[in-house]
Amino acid sequence: MTTRLIGASVPRSEDRRILDGAGVFIDDIEPAGCLHVAMVRSTCANGRIRRVDATPARAAPGVVAVYTADDLGELGRRNLPLLIPNPALTEPRTQFLLAFEYVHFVGEAVAMVVAESRYAAEDAAGLVEVDYTEFPAVVGPLNAFHSKERAHVDMNTNVAAHFVQEHGDTEAAFEGATRVLEREFMVERSAATPIECRGVVAIPEQTGQLLVYDSSQAPSTIRAGLSTYLGVAEHEVEVVAPDVGGGFGVKLPVFYPEEILVPWAARRLGAPVKFVEDRSEHFVASNHERAQWHRVKVGYEEDGRICGLVDEFIHDAGAYCPYGIIIPIVTASRLPGPYKIPAYGSEMHVVYTNTVPVTPYRGAGMPQGAFVMERVIDLIARDLGVDRAEVRRRNFIAPDEFPYVVGLMDEDGTTTTYDSGDYPRGFEKLLESIGHAGFPAEQAAALAEGRRIGIGFGCYVEGTGCGPYEGARIHVETTGKVFVSTGIATQGQSHCTILSQIVADVLGVALDDVVVKTGDTRQFKWATGTFASRIAVVAGSAVAEAALLVKEKAAEIAARIFEASTADVAFEDGDVFVKGSPDVRIPLRQVAVLANPLRYAFSSEALAATQFVGDGERAKAPPPSEVAPGLEATAYASPEFATFASGAHAAVVEVDVETGAVRILRYSVVHDCGRMINPAVVEGQVHGGTAQGIGGALYERICYDEEGQLKNANFMDFLVPYASEIPEICVEHTETPSPLNPLGVKGVGEAGCISAAPAVIGAIEDALGVEITSSPLSPEMVAGLAAGSAGGEAAGSFAARGGVGQSRGETDGA
Amino acid sequence: MVLEDSRAVRVVVNGEVREADAPVRMLLSDFLRHRLGLTGTHVGCEQGVCGSCTIHLNGDPHRSCLLLAVQAHGEEITTIEGMREHPVALSFARCHAIQCGFCTAGLVMSATAFLREEPAPSRQAIVGAVSSNLCRCTGYQNIVRAVAEAAAEMGAQADERASPDTSAAVGPG
Repeated sequence: MTTRLIGASVPRSEDRRILDGAGVFIDDIEPAGCLHVAMVRSTCANGRIRRVDATPARAAPGVVAVYTADDLGELGRRNLPLLIPNPALTEPRTQFLLAFEYVHFVGEAVAMVVAESRYAAEDAAGLVEVDYTEFPAVVGPLNAFHSKERAHVDMNTNVAAHFVQEHGDTEAAFEGATRVLEREFMVERSAATPIECRGVVAIPEQTGQLLVYDSSQAPSTIRAGLSTYLGVAEHEVEVVAPDVGGGFGVKLPVFYPEEILVPWAARRLGAPVKFVEDRSEHFVASNHERAQWHRVKVGYEEDGRICGLVDEFIHDAGAYCPYGIIIPIVTASRLPGPYKIPAYGSEMHVVYTNTVPVTPYRGAGMPQGAFVMERVIDLIARDLGVDRAEVRRRNFIAPDEFPYVVGLMDEDGTTTTYDSGDYPRGFEKLLESIGHAGFPAEQAAALAEGRRIGIGFGCYVEGTGCGPYEGARIHVETTGKVFVSTGIATQGQSHCTILSQIVADVLGVALDDVVVKTGDTRQFKWATGTFASRIAVVAGSAVAEAALLVKEKAAEIAARIFEASTADVAFEDGDVFVKGSPDVRIPLRQVAVLANPLRYAFSSEALAATQFVGDGERAKAPPPSEVAPGLEATAYASPEFATFASGAHAAVVEVDVETGAVRILRYSVVHDCGRMINPAVVEGQVHGGTAQGIGGALYERICYDEEGQLKNANFMDFLVPYASEIPEICVEHTETPSPLNPLGVKGVGEAGCISAAPAVIGAIEDALGVEITSSPLSPEMVAGLAAGSAGGEAAGSFAARGGVGQSRGETDGA
Repeated sequence: MVLEDSRAVRVVVNGEVREADAPVRMLLSDFLRHRLGLTGTHVGCEQGVCGSCTIHLNGDPHRSCLLLAVQAHGEEITTIEGMREHPVALSFARCHAIQCGFCTAGLVMSATAFLREEPAPSRQAIVGAVSSNLCRCTGYQNIVRAVAEAAAEMGAQADERASPDTSAAVGPG
């Protein structure tokens, strides 16, 4: 394949529509006669529903229907699916479409109002009366693990799953270790909060088909599931993901209740029905992530090399676990990151709490693992009095040790095995970028001025590009446009641009002539979905293969015309010709015409492909009967193993000891996602992820009170960073191509967010000379740390803030 | 019925007179999007925090989710649909300042209003100005760059207009 576009930072094909205000997002879709939904949500975190009275709401102006669980018939008695079962998940719980008998979190859907406008629907939703018998709420992972209260009152435990894994002999490792250290760590609950909330619009068409627009990251799966839940033939339902305003995992779950209820109501009412979340609703009705408590024991040598590590952790699943135990499995398998740990044991407890359910959010368990591991490395360095960078160097997996078996179960059920990487090279580049060598002098000079500055590091390995598969169809139109359709959905990752680059390179056509359509089951039925940084790897490989098949077919047709060998047919600038005779060329679109034997000559170009053309050469052109018509091909890529991207972050911060304010002075990232298709897109992904990670370290904390009420369900109180909070981020790259796919690519989507918290919090630790074991930090906590070691411990050490098993308030409860 | 109490709202949007009925409680953002079909203005929070719904009302940036449609009666409005080919918009594309594109309209509207007030801003001033809007995708890096480049470009164009003789002497730039 000639390479002209792969590797180039070409402008995005998506931007023109966006800048013209011509993007089509879910709330922009409003068919004539559209009805609008407002949901009635539980105000009770844990309770039994005594009574739902929808009578006043049904009589309200503009109301078309109000549905409760009882109005749904059999559908109302069917739980949402447990998507990924696991034998260790002994107490699976998923929710009903509308709460039936019990509610388990504030925000759980209890009733659905359909009205002529959203305004009328909201008015009526306020009139639905729900009485609850309230039970004590269970909030916070540690509390859930030790409490006598139950998040699900029909269970005699809060533990949904218990899973123990070991790779190597940890007991022997600790016996041989010269030093052993134990610590507890806490990562609090957070949320993805894309700027566009979720939505779904269902349109019953005159043909009997049901057309569903859904801001989903997995429209193909939604279609298959809808068919099952609604009892409709698959071919009667089509699902389209329009432009989606950010996903980050929160739009992945199959299903949120509205994704079934709205199509169900549209069929029942025979009218288009639309639901779009509002922001406050999003906080209590769209899933969260991150909350985990860890206790680590690590054994190491005097030189800092780790001999063994055991991590016991409690993962907060929220009220239900539709994704099984995928997030803690990712945490467990990714916790070692780039470090060689000869003996590693992991024990997870997955607990229910009366809070919004937990499903993957960008990083999906990796940020928690990285936070714990990087803190451990810093603690070892502190214990030994060795530079933190040096301890990392001593523990890196060496470049010649790949493929490297980490050993624990990966998210796809395989044994976690890194395909390739060069961690030391990236890390040295990072140290240079952040100015590590000169930092001690810089820090001393600052201190002499009374300024407290510090440096911190965070390394990570990111699992990307897992299976099972993605596919694509490429069709060279007779207009010369190359139409690419793939089932994956896109939420801003520039997928259309990077897939176009691959196709344009293979077929030798202009980038502008490639049109990529994603997430539309009318165009392409088969897909897994957009998650786990897998599109460039999996869909990219499928697109590359389909393009090669199209090229092969075009070469065969062109070879007949030119009376040449297929091997000699060349592709360039949208034309085909025989190598060595570039002056005699025909456009690829003409080859496309000839690939379709026609009965009717509707244009001068089509005339060339009709059956009765007298011209001898042209008559030879139509393909033989065993070849499908059209210059078109479909291909799939099904990687057996994931690719593993990697990288490292470094931050230099200044801490105001009076106010606890943290200012990031410098921030560097070195990232390795194998061969880059579009470096500007890669950088954009790293920038955005890093900002989310910084938010996760300093600002973003989902705060529940002890009654299970979410106290900061809006952007005033849940602090997504503005530009003023994000420093200039210096991004550099290393490229160690993956051996697992022909493009040599690895994913990049989640990378940025994984190691920002360890880098920033490590830097604060360094600035203040204290130990910090929880994330995120608030200014109050930082000021407490700065006030002295006693206060510092109180703010920084989770155990010191109440200890294991005590009742939790809002500070650590969620 | 208060719910049904509507008014005819007439506005000049992107240079065109538009009129439609709006319930008195209807937000300007909803009016623009669902009555006038100008769906380029996006609504991210309805609480005035995210800035996605920013429009120009008589030239000044406003959150359209914090205004009622009836308040805009008789006023002049510019939305993203009126910003085609604007140097700021073009700069956003050139600088990879767009990912999902949901917040983009609001940022372009905020940035254009800012640059009118402050045509030659420092990086610090740009950071301050775009801190009126939330973006969850880009980490703001390329947004800040895009505004800076647009400012430089618009400044250069203004200079050319101000002193055509000088620019002719210097030659094509």
